[in-house]
Amino acid sequence: MANNYPAFKSRSESARRVLQRGARGIAGVEKIASKGVAFWRRAGFPFRAPSVPRGVSVPPKEPHLGAYFDTSFARKPAARAVRRVLVAGPVTAMVKFLARPKVEGIDRLSDLAKRTDVGGVIFAPNHHSHIDTPLMTTAVPSPWNDRLVVAAAADYFFDKRTKGTIAALALNAFPIDRETTSRKSSDELRALLARDWSVVIYPEGGRSPDGWGQDFKAGAAYLSIKTGSPVVPVFIDGTGSVFGKGMKRPRRGHVRVIFGAPLFPEENDNTRRFNDRIEKAVTLLGDESLTDFWTSRQRAAAGRSTALTGPEYSGWRRQWSLYEHRKMGAAGQRRRQKRRWPNLG
Amino acid sequence: MPRPGFVLDVDRSTPPILFWRGENYSLEKLPADRSRVIYAPEPEAPIDDIDSAIRHALLNPIEMDPLPTLLFPGMKLTIAFDDISLPLPKMTRPDIRQRVIESVLDLAAEAGVDDVHIIAALALHRRMTEDELRHMLGDRVYDAFAPRGMLYQHDAEDPDNMALLGETPQGEEVEINKRAAESDLLVYVNINLVAMDGGWKSTATGLSSYRSLRHHHNTHTMENSRSFMDQHKSELHKSNWRMGEIMKKHGPKIFQIETTVNNDTFPSAFDFLGKREWEWNARDRAKFVASSAALSRTPARMRRNIFQSIEAPHQMTSIQAGEVEAVHKVTTANVYRQQLVEVQGQTDILTMGIPFICPYNVNSIMNPILVMCTGLGYFFNLYRNKPLVREGGVIIMTHPTTNEFHPVHHPSYIDFFEQVLTETTVPSELEARFEKKFAEDEWYKHLYRTGNAYHGVHPFYMWYWGSHALQHCGKVIIVGGDAPTIRRLGFTPASTFNDALEIASDVVGRSPTITHFHTPPIMIADVK
Repeated sequence: MANNYPAFKSRSESARRVLQRGARGIAGVEKIASKGVAFWRRAGFPFRAPSVPRGVSVPPKEPHLGAYFDTSFARKPAARAVRRVLVAGPVTAMVKFLARPKVEGIDRLSDLAKRTDVGGVIFAPNHHSHIDTPLMTTAVPSPWNDRLVVAAAADYFFDKRTKGTIAALALNAFPIDRETTSRKSSDELRALLARDWSVVIYPEGGRSPDGWGQDFKAGAAYLSIKTGSPVVPVFIDGTGSVFGKGMKRPRRGHVRVIFGAPLFPEENDNTRRFNDRIEKAVTLLGDESLTDFWTSRQRAAAGRSTALTGPEYSGWRRQWSLYEHRKMGAAGQRRRQKRRWPNLG
Repeated sequence: MPRPGFVLDVDRSTPPILFWRGENYSLEKLPADRSRVIYAPEPEAPIDDIDSAIRHALLNPIEMDPLPTLLFPGMKLTIAFDDISLPLPKMTRPDIRQRVIESVLDLAAEAGVDDVHIIAALALHRRMTEDELRHMLGDRVYDAFAPRGMLYQHDAEDPDNMALLGETPQGEEVEINKRAAESDLLVYVNINLVAMDGGWKSTATGLSSYRSLRHHHNTHTMENSRSFMDQHKSELHKSNWRMGEIMKKHGPKIFQIETTVNNDTFPSAFDFLGKREWEWNARDRAKFVASSAALSRTPARMRRNIFQSIEAPHQMTSIQAGEVEAVHKVTTANVYRQQLVEVQGQTDILTMGIPFICPYNVNSIMNPILVMCTGLGYFFNLYRNKPLVREGGVIIMTHPTTNEFHPVHHPSYIDFFEQVLTETTVPSELEARFEKKFAEDEWYKHLYRTGNAYHGVHPFYMWYWGSHALQHCGKVIIVGGDAPTIRRLGFTPASTFNDALEIASDVVGRSPTITHFHTPPIMIADVK
């Protein structure tokens, strides 16, 4: 045993020497760096930003994030080629794995596809989840899927350059300001529609906070009236259970995407009236997903369709009825939804 | 602007002409200076906004009140629709019937109608499968109505669900589906592929029973119809119209919706089949050579699957709704506008290539009896005024005509071929001797009601369809078919087209005139 001691000592010595050398190296680097910092501190213009003379106001910098994020690169041929590969490969695989989507109602768009006088189309789905956008990029049929822009929240998707670039490249996301009414976004979207790009706009303006839908904002209706482009109502069922707002990680489930018949603005339509029609059409599709074509029509005619926004009452009863609602939809196929209120017997 | 139909006089520079041979095709050289080829008009421009056109037709019917005013809460509404025999080949989704029925249901829902039944008016045809119904009606209508038993197929052998409405002055019993008869409104959704379809034939045939059908599906009406495509000279239609009078008096109120389609028959992979041969470009020629060579080396079953999977790009060209007869007048005019081809004079020999499909072998096998029916019953009768072939002339058909039957769809055809045609091929004789036995056979009834079989009497009707041609022609020759099978049908087999012409010369002499009926696409020869 005693024979092992010197060997241990020698290993300890060599470690000490290595540490000493490391510390000296770090000190050297620090010395050089401090010289650089000192130089930087001493250096003035043009190595540093100029100081502003007193009495002079500098015009604010052109913003480049949020609603001002320039996404035009994402519609260039090279970016479109990359996106085709991304959508056909990883995006579709991810959507299929997580959501197992069932897409219905594409036959309702067969006439629209043949019309040569219609260019861009506005798809107006309800919105429950971040997965809605990749879902829509894979569900929208030809000929619109290749020229499809998705209106995305500027404050969420375009708050950082990297995030915005990825969103624009992978999903052709386009920033929309949710907080303020911006002419810039609407003018650019109008220009895109005029150039035969189609747009996915979530009229609810954001993901559902509680599982029920929200009132429709008039963006889609406004754009349609201004451009004459048709609005295709879309109902997405089940994504709230896959990756709803507030969920930390996605859970696999079943999802249905139902396309409705295209709506054109009529002569006497104003934005509010047309927006109501769009909301009613999506509500009808929602009811169709829960029941069937005939029952949903009967209920709509009798004014008994289940509102997208859920029951009027608030609080726990609202959550309680959401459980029953989800059970009837695509999410109910996955498993029994857990009650959010304890069963007190 | 689509080009109208065309009659080509064959000369030495005319290329070989396409002849269908079931699930394949060949090119045949027709003798110069005494042959002609009849080509169908090009497809008419379709309606652009179909949904609006449907809505307009329902709200502005002919000689009837708008559909919404006929609908009220608590009423019994029945929607009947044509079965899988129309159109041919089946059309790409969404089918017209789906679109029309969805529009009718929208109006019914708005009016608060709860009691709605949707019935496939298939008369004695086979029951359709779920897939076939879904193709026709779409998933939305199927899923909403079929599980609740509100979408079903007419059963002509269910005595409890048939209603006798009365008899015509000629003693023809009018019996139709009881639910339809007792409805406050019967909406009939039709596709008029040829001029024969629609009108009172929709309800008086589609929703009726053997008891009723036998009055117009018999050798007498078939032999005295000149032709089925001309309602005013068709005994078949006269009988249906007499029954219509009874239905007007004692039956339900009928809201007839008739649609026409253009003759855009083949999808892009097979589009050369609808073109005139001298207009085939290099791609068309390559497609023909490659596909015919490949098909000749393909097993029959796979070949059949390939052709039966064809979905035609038919497009709707018109829709009209309202009172049955008024609507049908407009529809017939629209069909004629698409299909009529003016032809000068008759011919000694009429040639026709029999394609892979007829109304009775959709997703099934074109058996020898259906070959006869397609050639002599349908193609021969696609005329107005007088037949294309002169009396005593010869018909030459090209088809493999194998002794092959679909055991599920056509069980009674097998027995008809083995037991009846071995005894006689004369329509009136086999009608008198065998029809009743087959029509009342309990096993065939069972297969018709519970399986996917055509009714026991159906092969007789197929044979009757050809009775006018059998009576009219001196000889029928089938080229490239199975000789014993063709002889069983009472026809003459020939190995090649030239052999057939040689055989025909015994009847029509050495220098006969020849006319080739280049169909599909479907057309009607207006023979002057």
